[in-house]
Amino acid sequence: MTYEFLVASAIGVLVAGGIYLALRARTFQVVLGLTLISHAVNLFLFASGRLVIGRPPIWDKTVSAYTDPLPQALVLTAIVITFGMTAFVVILALRSFLETGSDHVDGDRVPCDTQDGMAEDGRAKGGEP
Amino acid sequence: MPMGLTLLTLTALPFIAALAIALRYGAPRAVHSGIAAAASAAGLALLASLAVPVLGGAAASASWAWVPSLGLDLSLMVDPLGWMFAALILGIGLLVVIFAHFYLARDEDTGRFFASLMLFQGAMLGIVIAGNVLLLLVFWELTSLASFLLIGFWQHKPEARQGARMALAVTGGGGIALIGGMLLLGLAAGSFDLAAILARGDIVRASPLYPAILGLILVGCFTKSAQFPFHFWLPHAMAAPTPVSAYLHSATMVKAGVFLLARLWPVLAGTPEYTVIVTSVGLVTMVLGAGVALFRHDLKSILAYSTISQLGMLVMLLGFSLKAAVLAAVLSILNHAAFKAALFMSAGIIEHETGTRDIRRLGGLAKAMPITALIATLAAASMAGLPPLGGFISKELMFGQTPAIALLGLPWLLPALATLGAGLSVGYALRFAAHLFAGQPREAEPFLRAHDPGAGMWAAPALLTMLTVLLGLIPMPLAAPLVGAVTAAVTGGPVPPFDLALWHGVNLALILSLVAVVGGALLLWQHKRLLGLWERAPLPDAKRLFEAAMRFADKWVRKAIVAAHTPSLQTMLMVSFAVTIALVIDGAWVGGGVLTGTRPGLPVSLTGIIAWALLIAATGAVVSHSHKRLRALIFIGVIGLIVCLAFVQFSAPDLALTQISVEVVTVLLLLLALNLLPKAPPTLSRPARRWRDGALAVTGGVCVGGIAWAMLTRDPGPSIAAYHLANAKSGGGGTNVVNVILVDFRAFDTLGEIIVLGIAGLGIFALLETAATGAAGARLRAWREDMPHSPERHPMMLVAASRIILPLSLSVGIYLFLRGHNQPGGGFIAALVVAIAVLVQYLAAGFDWSDARKPVGEHKLIAWGVLLAVATGLGAMLLGSPFLTSWFDYFHLPLIGTFELASAMLFDAGVFLTVLGAVMMALQELSHIARRAARAAGEHGA
Repeated sequence: MTYEFLVASAIGVLVAGGIYLALRARTFQVVLGLTLISHAVNLFLFASGRLVIGRPPIWDKTVSAYTDPLPQALVLTAIVITFGMTAFVVILALRSFLETGSDHVDGDRVPCDTQDGMAEDGRAKGGEP
Repeated sequence: MPMGLTLLTLTALPFIAALAIALRYGAPRAVHSGIAAAASAAGLALLASLAVPVLGGAAASASWAWVPSLGLDLSLMVDPLGWMFAALILGIGLLVVIFAHFYLARDEDTGRFFASLMLFQGAMLGIVIAGNVLLLLVFWELTSLASFLLIGFWQHKPEARQGARMALAVTGGGGIALIGGMLLLGLAAGSFDLAAILARGDIVRASPLYPAILGLILVGCFTKSAQFPFHFWLPHAMAAPTPVSAYLHSATMVKAGVFLLARLWPVLAGTPEYTVIVTSVGLVTMVLGAGVALFRHDLKSILAYSTISQLGMLVMLLGFSLKAAVLAAVLSILNHAAFKAALFMSAGIIEHETGTRDIRRLGGLAKAMPITALIATLAAASMAGLPPLGGFISKELMFGQTPAIALLGLPWLLPALATLGAGLSVGYALRFAAHLFAGQPREAEPFLRAHDPGAGMWAAPALLTMLTVLLGLIPMPLAAPLVGAVTAAVTGGPVPPFDLALWHGVNLALILSLVAVVGGALLLWQHKRLLGLWERAPLPDAKRLFEAAMRFADKWVRKAIVAAHTPSLQTMLMVSFAVTIALVIDGAWVGGGVLTGTRPGLPVSLTGIIAWALLIAATGAVVSHSHKRLRALIFIGVIGLIVCLAFVQFSAPDLALTQISVEVVTVLLLLLALNLLPKAPPTLSRPARRWRDGALAVTGGVCVGGIAWAMLTRDPGPSIAAYHLANAKSGGGGTNVVNVILVDFRAFDTLGEIIVLGIAGLGIFALLETAATGAAGARLRAWREDMPHSPERHPMMLVAASRIILPLSLSVGIYLFLRGHNQPGGGFIAALVVAIAVLVQYLAAGFDWSDARKPVGEHKLIAWGVLLAVATGLGAMLLGSPFLTSWFDYFHLPLIGTFELASAMLFDAGVFLTVLGAVMMALQELSHIARRAARAAGEHGA
């Protein structure tokens, strides 16, 4: 067994989990799915520089062989951008939930207040102060 | 003044004026009209300074490279044709500004009016002095947009909105055709420079692209100049304020098409197809417009159809492909601009002073408003082509050319139809004057109100009418030099000798003119009977047809959208994933080959296998626990950590540092969001659907995993890594190659990325700051604590520990930042570490305590970060290097030793600030809104 196999199979498993979650009906699951897919994509991009052990791209007079620094630079910004995207999507989901009372993404406009503990109207459910 | 500066000022003046007016929005109207008038007058003065050399034959031009790779130059050229049009645009523009100052009602939004008018003037001016066809296209589109604003100026009126939309749809649609035509023209001529294209007419006409070029450019010109069958937008544009109509439909907007036909005349004209198409379209438009004008009752509508007809005549003359006909067209452009602007202004005066524009309610106005009557009658007589006015001479010239073209092989057809059109023109022009000013008032009310306006309003049309009279009386000294020079510029060669005069003896032109006048008089005499016939005739209503076409398009577009766009994200993602996976499988199937390459693998260690197993298990747990959301989040954290370990293992220390800090903030973010979201909702989808999605997911996973495997077991192709490694220290001054790539080699990418991150932060701010009102606000206030939490809100131990840790973690952040250029670290990582350090304060001590103590707001961090990064790049440009070139040097200080200063460090500081701002913005806003909800819930519970 090789590291290449471990990385490739891990990427595959992350993608599979990501696709499955992205196809669920609620925003939070979709966000989790996106996170998994992002991990897979970042790993894949990184792996395009191939797997190299113990040769970080820190230049030194005495060292002659390094791993490819370019995929690393790309992935570094990708990780940060992933965070920006996740944050934006999470907050979009939150705002849409607050606006409609539903966190569905399946096109059904069924309010899920009864299950979620957030009443459509505070006075109706929460009792008098 | 140097030539380049003169031309640039000339072009920029109207735009500067528009901006100045818009900036002084609330100022009194005299300020607005004053700025507009001053800009127009200054433009005229500049133009006058160019008159002698330009009309002498030396075109004034200047050019600056803009996007040389596209052939787009900022190239300006004033030749006699451009000069004449610029003079019309600025001169009539000045008169319109004066007229509008007195015309507009007291509470009118003059700031918007004059700003739009100046924007339009600038766009028109740009068209006529652009020396590059791509630049011309830009201005062309701008006229469509600016005229939309002007026609729809009275936004509260539905007909103004519809008219503006129709004008935009027709002229904008024509603009698209024109873009295509001009691009093909540039390809055929091998240049986008106007002078070069004009010199290569033979090449263009011989090109196989010529029919397409001709067709597309003609569509652009015909839509703009309201030629049949695109004429219908013009009458509906009359919903604009009258000064706008006077401007757009005498000297500018509709003349743009005529201008372009004239401009490209040496390139396009001369072929049989050009002659037939342009002549026939112009002829049909001329007759049709004149015929309809005879039976309209709204003064502006009469003038609108007469404009269509006159434009038809101009287009027809250009279509003859004869130099003498071009001469007639040039003189007609001058005449038409003068009398039509005067007539529109007169119509505006009459409406202003009587309250109506319906010719059936007016009459006998000569007694009530003699000055207006004199002005309008003279202008209408010029429009009718009666001697001794300018209109007569241009109509004579037109008639003189008609026998030269035999349409459908019939030499008499064109003269006959032209005479018919001219006769109809005489008819509506005579009706305009006679029914308005002569006879008895038809209704008492408008007549009793009627009186001449103040001199401010009639001065402009009076001046124009005087011009049209002088053009008839002394045409040679007044117009001949200009007309001759313009004709030479249009045709690109010497002009045959010509004589502009009222009397050339008895010839065919005079006889046709006479026939037209007599016919027109007969039409006026029989007008009532003809009107009856006209009103009984079934006629298509262009507006209704247009609206029906729009409704049809609207309906089908809606249907297409509904069919393609379901509100279900699941369905759309499902289709996207399935199609992508199918493409991958198809590619693998067709491509064949073996999956596993020959590259030797790295032997695996036990820790590697354990980490891998953990990752697989955590992924499975996330999927199976996705409805128990808190637990799923913990497993997400595990996955992130193992990915981070992978980066450590495979020689990517920078990535590992980034990954671990991003993981922390991501989990914090999701936790905060989860606080307000449903925690453990029941599963929604049915088992069948879950199985289907599962199958798709496994297939996708196998595909991507397979691709990764195939890639990892093969050697990479030639890489540019060696270049980066070799030049990082010597060229970029840093030994951490990843960081040097980020802040130096590919700094432009990084700049884009931090801007995206900043925008995401601001978007988050916008989404959450506005959540306090409306339905979202109500739900937030109704929010209930639904998780068990510690009775102590701010545990003493945590608060104390976090305050001790803060300076330590800030030091780590600064250290990571400073060493980033040479060792793992840098702006991205430092920002994340500092963000976590600050967030810990929020967690421990609470939002209020921490928020009150933050030194700088997140908006400012983002803004200063991006500005600093951009400024670093611009600094390099100031020193004469390309954008974002870095600079570094080594310095020596006692005690500290040798150290390096690099401009890349400033850029990295910009990255640091932006990332810190964006991360803090997301988390801080989220905890802010959660705190608001919690406070509301607390009040409920009390």
